[in-house]
Amino acid sequence: MIDPASHPRLARFAAMMSKETRQILRDPSTFLIAFLLPVMLLFLMGYGVNLDATSTRVGMAVEDDSGEASSLAGAYASSRYFDVVETGPLQRLRKSLVSDDIRAIIVIPQDFGRDVAAGGGEVRVITDGSLPNTASFVAGQAEGVRATWAAQRASDRGMAADPPIDLLSRFWFNPELASRNFLVPGSIAIVMTMIGSLLTALVVAREWERGTLEALMATPIGMGEFLLTKVIPYFALGIVSMALCTLLAIFVFGVPFRGSVFALFLIASVYLVPALGQGLLISSALKNQFVASQVALLTAFLPTMLLSGFVFEIASMPKPIQALTYIVPARYLIPQIQTVFIAGDDWGLFLPDMAILLAFGAVLFGLCLRFTRRRIA
Amino acid sequence: MTEPVALAPVASAKGLTKRFDGLDRPALDDVAITIAPGEMTGLVGPDGAGKTTLIRILAGLIDPDAGEATVGGRPATVQDRNALGYMPQRFGLYEDLTVRENLDLYADLRALPHDERADRFATLLDFTDLDRFQARLAGKLSGGMKQKLGLACALTREPRLLLLDEPGVGVDPVSRRELWAMVSQLAGEGIGILWSTAYLDEAEKCDTVFLLNEGKILASGEPDELTGQMDGRVVRYPVASDRRRVLREALDEDSVIDGMVQGDSIRLLLKDGADAPPASAIDASGEPRQARPRYEDAFVDLLGGGPGGTSALAARYPEVPASDKPAIEAHGLTRRFGDFTAAHDIRFSVGRGQVFGLLGPNGAGKSTTFKMLCGLLTPSEGTGTVNGFDLRTARADARQSLGYMAQKFSLYADLSVRQNLAFFAGAYGLDNSAAREAVESAIETFHLGPYLASDSGLLPLGYKQRLALACAVLHRPPVLFLDEPTSGVDPIVRREFWSHINGLVERGVSVLVTTHFMDEAEYCDEIALIYRGEQIATGSPDHLKEVAGTGDAPMEDAFIALIEQSDARREEMEAA
Repeated sequence: MIDPASHPRLARFAAMMSKETRQILRDPSTFLIAFLLPVMLLFLMGYGVNLDATSTRVGMAVEDDSGEASSLAGAYASSRYFDVVETGPLQRLRKSLVSDDIRAIIVIPQDFGRDVAAGGGEVRVITDGSLPNTASFVAGQAEGVRATWAAQRASDRGMAADPPIDLLSRFWFNPELASRNFLVPGSIAIVMTMIGSLLTALVVAREWERGTLEALMATPIGMGEFLLTKVIPYFALGIVSMALCTLLAIFVFGVPFRGSVFALFLIASVYLVPALGQGLLISSALKNQFVASQVALLTAFLPTMLLSGFVFEIASMPKPIQALTYIVPARYLIPQIQTVFIAGDDWGLFLPDMAILLAFGAVLFGLCLRFTRRRIA
Repeated sequence: MTEPVALAPVASAKGLTKRFDGLDRPALDDVAITIAPGEMTGLVGPDGAGKTTLIRILAGLIDPDAGEATVGGRPATVQDRNALGYMPQRFGLYEDLTVRENLDLYADLRALPHDERADRFATLLDFTDLDRFQARLAGKLSGGMKQKLGLACALTREPRLLLLDEPGVGVDPVSRRELWAMVSQLAGEGIGILWSTAYLDEAEKCDTVFLLNEGKILASGEPDELTGQMDGRVVRYPVASDRRRVLREALDEDSVIDGMVQGDSIRLLLKDGADAPPASAIDASGEPRQARPRYEDAFVDLLGGGPGGTSALAARYPEVPASDKPAIEAHGLTRRFGDFTAAHDIRFSVGRGQVFGLLGPNGAGKSTTFKMLCGLLTPSEGTGTVNGFDLRTARADARQSLGYMAQKFSLYADLSVRQNLAFFAGAYGLDNSAAREAVESAIETFHLGPYLASDSGLLPLGYKQRLALACAVLHRPPVLFLDEPTSGVDPIVRREFWSHINGLVERGVSVLVTTHFMDEAEYCDEIALIYRGEQIATGSPDHLKEVAGTGDAPMEDAFIALIEQSDARREEMEAA
């Protein structure tokens, strides 16, 4: 212990740090957010979220009796994207679709053979519009199977194929593995945002609400010192949680890690600066835990989820939304973290992003100091 | 030392003015105060008077709009904070740290050297009787113990100035007395102490008192000086029966500006220069005797006297028909929460036109009993009736026959006064014309006219309480449940409330009431004293004083004696 007689400032600081650490260790909700939540998120991203659809239960109505029609029907039946559980007239299949026994009906219409001979030939896909994602996947895949079949048929006859290449590319890609490789490292960004912004958004507000800050302000502690004792423990918590996620990512989900541990640590540390700054700013300005947590969810968690390029590609967003992503700190973290995992250290990419994140941090902490005055009203 | 005795004040302020947004009058208006070393300075006034604002300015936590505050010769905002002890209203304890950890934290923050720590902590822990509880989490302490720990934390390093913001609020009289004894001992050591309180009886014990009301200092100086001005104006009449009615008649006399029931007599404050009315004029059973004035009398006098004795509410209230059934009955009401018994075997019966008081420290089980009788909480055992309706079988009928005023303001803060009245009239099932009539009558009775369009949450406290009572009686219930109706309001509003209660009781209404003011307990026909979930004594105020063996002393002494007897019995049983 440091004796306040000789080093009053240091003794104050040590006392506040140990108080904060004890509070973190004694508060089960901190553990929930710092350890249980990241694990759940990682498992969800690693196993639960799949951006590709696998085998879909469908019904098939073959209304044409040509050889082409039955050949295509065979192609659907053997496709690994479809599980043809029922065949028969459209009328009957419709009931199965309504009762949710099947997700879609593939109709090979009358005169299909004649159309194919004439260079056309289309299938109809009837899907449940209340499940728009499934509907569009099934429609795309049904068309894909048909196109593959057509190309195969053409090459069998020695004719030049005219396949729709953009559709085919989908199946050569291994979507399951790839989505995990970018989703799992990406979720580390979410975890650090939760700890940096959501947890810290509560801590200063909690001291306001419980009246403890009022008692603290009557002691010699400086407001800058006070904020610092809030930042350091949560910074440590963020790093520990990040390390836990990284280990899970590598050893449980088999995500490759091609960069250096040092680079990962530095990237995470730099990102925590604006994240903590944002949380503290919300907390000091609002002084109310409930409002602070709402604001933290809206301004930190949701943008990180939606606007950072973590799940949705920024390049494919509308221009005004793209412009908005520039003020989302996580936007500068996601490329770094994905790169350090999948590609390796690339300091040419890391350093500019880090500089931007530090600039965000400086602004946020500056505002924070302005808001935390030693005054009650 | 050859210095003259007049010591420089440890803190002083003058011309302090502070306004807050959204309030129509300043929280503080040209306030001056001085706090001398070695003295107990009282800051006295009702809720909303500006006490907390003034204390925060002295602690350097609020900048005044005008005026200046000086502490230890420096502006308050840059004072030496190592020499400041400050206990905010909510104590400022970390509930997830232990007693010892809280002390250590504040000792480090105030730079108490390590070699002095053992002695200082030993003194503080002994002083607060918390030695055994060093390893307990602060959140697991009782209210009284939290308050003592709060004080210990404020004292980790001996301060020159100690600011205590309503240390007595929400704490039972036993803990209040203990705390007072501790703090006055500190004054003996030369510390300047500011003790703020809404209890006027605490003012009498201070060396100097500043009386604050609506942001202005009404009086300052030694309490006896002010109380002395009331000499000869306070009289007591013995009353054989029907004390409340006699009081009402006395209060309607021109010569009387305030009065209360006290034991088997009534106590009146006379207008300056007026003669005491003859006993026959007010139906008293004997001629008046002079009584010792109290600080509260001086406060009421400064405020221009209390309301008359006639209640406009009671005048409009229908007579409650006579009935052979008791109005409220509790048969062995027990409520457990897990292992914890919040209320155990509570039994009493309240007849038509009676006031029954539930008294006890915070957390004793008063509100639990209240909620069971309102049908808001199902008893684990036992049953109750309201107006003859069994709470198990006819809960809706029971509720319809009672008016309930909750402890905290429980109206819709963001509805206007009129909207709240209209809503509650609807909620009680009054039809349109009856509702309109009830609302208009409430507005007149409680003088709510000027505030009809204001948000209820922004009303001054006294008006909030008036509105809450107005809402509770819209449907003219024969039974009223009032949970601390007068907590925090100034004495005038308290008198007004009791004149309504007394008036209603004369109309046959039965009232169940809880209160922290022991003088108000005297209005009750019967009292049940609840402590640690047990009903430890029941009877009329005089009966309780007799059981407690405290004679003619104020109710508070009887209360403390009864609690101490109960503690002694329990310790004996635990030892056996």
